[in-house]
Amino acid sequence: MSTENTIDGEIPAQGAAAEAAGIEPGQAPNVEPPPEPAGNRVIREIMSGNAVLSFLAIVLGLLVASVLIAITDPGVQAAAGYLFARPGDTFVAIGNAIGGAYYALFQGSIYNFQRPGFGSGIRPLTETLTFATPLIAAGLGVALAFRVGLFNIGGRGQIIIAAAVAGWISWSFPMPFFIHMLVATLGAIVGGAVWGGLVGLLKARTGAHEVIVTIMLNYVAFYLVAFLLRTQGALQANGSNNPVSPPADATAVYPNLTNLITALGGPPTSFRLHFGFILVILATIFVWYLLNRSSLGFRFRAVGENPNAARVAGINVKTVYILAMVLSGALVGLAGAAQVLGTTTTGFSSGVDAGIGFDAITVALLGRSKPWGVFFAGILFGALKAGGYLMQASQGIPIDIILVVQSVVVLFIAAPPLVRSVFRLPRPGGVRPARRTRRAAEAVAK
Amino acid sequence: MTRRESQDGATLVPTHPAGADAPIVHEKAVMRSLKFPIVLDVFAVIALILAFALPRSGTSTFSLSTAKDLFQIPPIPVPTVATVIAVAILLVALAVLAHLYVARSASGRVPLWLTTVFALLFLFAFLAWASAGKTIPVPGLLVGSLALSTPLIFGALGGVISERVGVVNVAIEGQLLGGAFTGAVVGSITHSPWAGLIAAMVAGVLVAMLLAVFSIRYVVDQVIVGVVLNVLVTGLTSFFYSKVLAADQSLNHPVRFTKLPIPGLSEIPIIGPVFFQQTIIVYLMYVAVIAVWFGLFKTRWGLRLRSVGEHPTAADTVGINVNRTRFWNVSIAGAIAGIGGAYFTLDSVGTFSKEMTNGAGFIALAAVIFGRWDPIRATLAGLMFGFATNLQYQLASIGSPVPSEFLLMLPYVVTILAVAGFVGQVRGPAAANKPYIKS
Repeated sequence: MSTENTIDGEIPAQGAAAEAAGIEPGQAPNVEPPPEPAGNRVIREIMSGNAVLSFLAIVLGLLVASVLIAITDPGVQAAAGYLFARPGDTFVAIGNAIGGAYYALFQGSIYNFQRPGFGSGIRPLTETLTFATPLIAAGLGVALAFRVGLFNIGGRGQIIIAAAVAGWISWSFPMPFFIHMLVATLGAIVGGAVWGGLVGLLKARTGAHEVIVTIMLNYVAFYLVAFLLRTQGALQANGSNNPVSPPADATAVYPNLTNLITALGGPPTSFRLHFGFILVILATIFVWYLLNRSSLGFRFRAVGENPNAARVAGINVKTVYILAMVLSGALVGLAGAAQVLGTTTTGFSSGVDAGIGFDAITVALLGRSKPWGVFFAGILFGALKAGGYLMQASQGIPIDIILVVQSVVVLFIAAPPLVRSVFRLPRPGGVRPARRTRRAAEAVAK
Repeated sequence: MTRRESQDGATLVPTHPAGADAPIVHEKAVMRSLKFPIVLDVFAVIALILAFALPRSGTSTFSLSTAKDLFQIPPIPVPTVATVIAVAILLVALAVLAHLYVARSASGRVPLWLTTVFALLFLFAFLAWASAGKTIPVPGLLVGSLALSTPLIFGALGGVISERVGVVNVAIEGQLLGGAFTGAVVGSITHSPWAGLIAAMVAGVLVAMLLAVFSIRYVVDQVIVGVVLNVLVTGLTSFFYSKVLAADQSLNHPVRFTKLPIPGLSEIPIIGPVFFQQTIIVYLMYVAVIAVWFGLFKTRWGLRLRSVGEHPTAADTVGINVNRTRFWNVSIAGAIAGIGGAYFTLDSVGTFSKEMTNGAGFIALAAVIFGRWDPIRATLAGLMFGFATNLQYQLASIGSPVPSEFLLMLPYVVTILAVAGFVGQVRGPAAANKPYIKS
């Protein structure tokens, strides 16, 4: 994939796609060739950016957050009241507000210098990885679907179903340690795969658009599990009046870093980072292998690039859609397992997805739908989440600002010409100065 | 599927009997899909189960007027078991009739009257069964339904315009939420619900303009922009709510619109209190539904809009500026959805709270699709979804055994059935989600 990504670079590809759709051979005249899924064009865009743009998009996201922090800070508002008398105060106040926020973000996500010793100082980094674990798993699932030209917006539903299955296996079937854990994880993966595969099946069999079906299935899953959670004998904890499940059985819970350190005879610690992170690394390697080294992955990518060409080349596009959604759901299901067996093992409610299903979309986009890109994007957003909690606690900045950062980053990532125009960057590979490119882009866009 | 069918379930039936040398004049595709009768079968079986497997004894009472009404109608009691059994048998007969229509009639379709009668009968049987020994307040059921439907209908109208012009609008949720937040804040500061309403429209337009700029000028995929905008608006409104509104409660106490009963009309039994004792926002909704329908199908504006959404190249050829048309119509759609957001804070609820729209934007999207991108049908779908949601509250309050979650699930399930082709043929505007790049 080249780095060519401006709008004018887009035209030949569009034209070619339209041409390919128009002169499709071997089709009955009364059957319209299916249009190229929008996802395919997105993939071309997402895949062809570069790391600099991602970095600048993150900078812009943090910049927007800084503005929000500054204008809502009481100190800044007080100082702005006498802005013209002593303008310096306002800038000091802004500096304090933003500096304090980002220092808290750093301390909450990487290393806390206020804690004694390395063992507890490094805890924030492990928190980052804990938050990143389900984000990476679900992000991989969404990214895999993107590569096949499918939007999996159904992460929420898939996580909820997967979590319910994992939890149910964990407290219903006593098994020895480790085996129980694997079986419960497998159950979650199957749960997610079924919920995702349903979408693929509907798309392949009836042509139902996966965006609509996944959005709707999110709510179906939510209400289904909400019902099971308040029904005795289903998922509700015995004798409880609240819609909460029983805690996961100890033999099914992922061992965490603290368990490992204790087992090795180390000092008592309170790390939450769990075995799920290792599963997620394995999943990343699996997706990388699948997409880049396997014949199935080749078919996936071929369909993602151009389903019409793929079909002409003898690939069964419908089967690929079903398989892709099954695998995508399975990966998202792993995130559900990480939630129930790793992070919140004390019983879950119908809000078990914690927004991961939608965060996963931003993770996949920031990671440009490449397995390792998703991995690091997941860690970045994990860091924002982990740091966001400390920022909320110590600086009084609501954690919701992380959503703003995430969405702004993704908006900029998705629109490289915008980032280039903000930073007056030259067009990649071009010799022309930035301004002319922008004009050309404008002319085309109009 | 029993017949040889092509991909979309259509069977090709020559209208001319194909003799040895008879020339085939033309072929007409007759849809003989069994999917819809099967849906009716399923509902008939559910009714049979309610009648025979899970019978509930007692008397179901339908009360038709409230104490405030001018004309009092006595409540209607019906014996539960007999009613449910009788209606279930009727439903089975109708389902069989539907199969006959598909198999025998010239058009191969189930007629509309059959569907309507079937739906009403099923609803009647279900209500009778669910309210055994209790009283169902029909006016309350309908008033609440309209209240829950109003934001859905505004959102759906916005969605219809936006998608008809070729921009997929997943950001309805964001537009509703942005409208609700801005309406609350501006309505509180100015002490004027009108200012709040206008501010909510502006907020909806701003979200829509972001959608338009990113999807038209920067050619970002429309679904991605929509999803991300929802996250952005959720983040922004929640941030300001926690940081600003929570600290200063006076910013979150807008003056609400008052109810304006229309003289005469509001005295009509049953429907008067439902439709004509409402706030100005609801009356605006009636106007908006008709205006959008008229505008889309009877004016030059609508023709241009639809042509841009169906075939932008052709529209461009005849001199329509495709991207400008898209930009401004998506913005108008945002303004309409913004009113729906204002309904939450300036009418029904009265204060803003975090993520208060709670998925209404996605139900509105479902209404757009279930209503096949038609403003009237989308409105009816919105009413139906609002009814399902309110029915769940009513049944919970009279202590019925129906799990509320399944009624809440209903809009989403029927939308999946609709896009999967079980309920009618769903086909969106041809150029939706396709950026237009002039070459």
